[in-house]
Amino acid sequence: MLGILVGLRLRENPLAIVAALAALLVAAAIALIFFYVPSDADQGFSQRIFYLHVPIALTAYVCFGWGAWRAFVHLWKREPGADLESYVAIHQGVIFGSLTLITGSLWAKISWGHWWLWSESQLVLFLVLFLFYGAYFMLRYSVEPGPARANMCAVYALFGAVLIPISFLAIRLANQLIHPVVFTLQGPQMSGSMFLTFCISLAAMLSLAATLYHVELTGKRLDAHLRELRELVA
Amino acid sequence: MILGLTAAEKYVGAAYGVVFVAVLVYVLIIALKLARLEREVGELAKRVRERQAVEAERREEVSVG
Repeated sequence: MLGILVGLRLRENPLAIVAALAALLVAAAIALIFFYVPSDADQGFSQRIFYLHVPIALTAYVCFGWGAWRAFVHLWKREPGADLESYVAIHQGVIFGSLTLITGSLWAKISWGHWWLWSESQLVLFLVLFLFYGAYFMLRYSVEPGPARANMCAVYALFGAVLIPISFLAIRLANQLIHPVVFTLQGPQMSGSMFLTFCISLAAMLSLAATLYHVELTGKRLDAHLRELRELVA
Repeated sequence: MILGLTAAEKYVGAAYGVVFVAVLVYVLIIALKLARLEREVGELAKRVRERQAVEAERREEVSVG
């Protein structure tokens, strides 16, 4: 009975479906990381940060990319709400970006003995991308709300999109040896169980980001409707 | 070793802990925002009810028999 009720409610609310999927996938990912996947022969137990750090970094790229796409849609089709969607996606990207930097530093310290290496182009380019989108909020909150602000922010978000492939491909182009390259043209350089765990972790992070994105977007829309109502009632 | 954990276990724990705390802080922020929205909707509903009461009163005063 409870299952049917929960099922009906999930069908009515797409956000609940995404949230339930995220909860399920996060639980599955944690179980696989700590109870299923074997320790890496080279790095040992600390390699388990990989299943957290890489999916978070990829999720940050996806969020920035989605933010740039919604900005493009705003400029191209003038779709109402696209500016807000772009802003929320970039906000999510900055949150996941800061988590990428923190988890990456922890992994670097245990693996390389350093919290940060300025000589690594992958690290520096990700920091540049993160700071670029961090500055987006300075721009947004220094301009009065309105169409001009939406246009300026959209153009800025689109410029940032250029940095995404550069940051992603930096390690392959730079040919440096410290930061590991796991995904090559020959496929993933890991065992089947490791790749399965990685895929589940990536799906978990993407669904978690989608949930947080929709929750924040709903909150922002509600806020805007409430402001409109307050003006009508006043 | 603290709590019998190796250095690698401590760093892995710290990485997963940071993400867990970040999600908790996010949920807390959303909860605070929801509480504010609920309060504001309540205030708005109260204002509408008061306005309706005043209008109903005025209608009674104006009524011509």
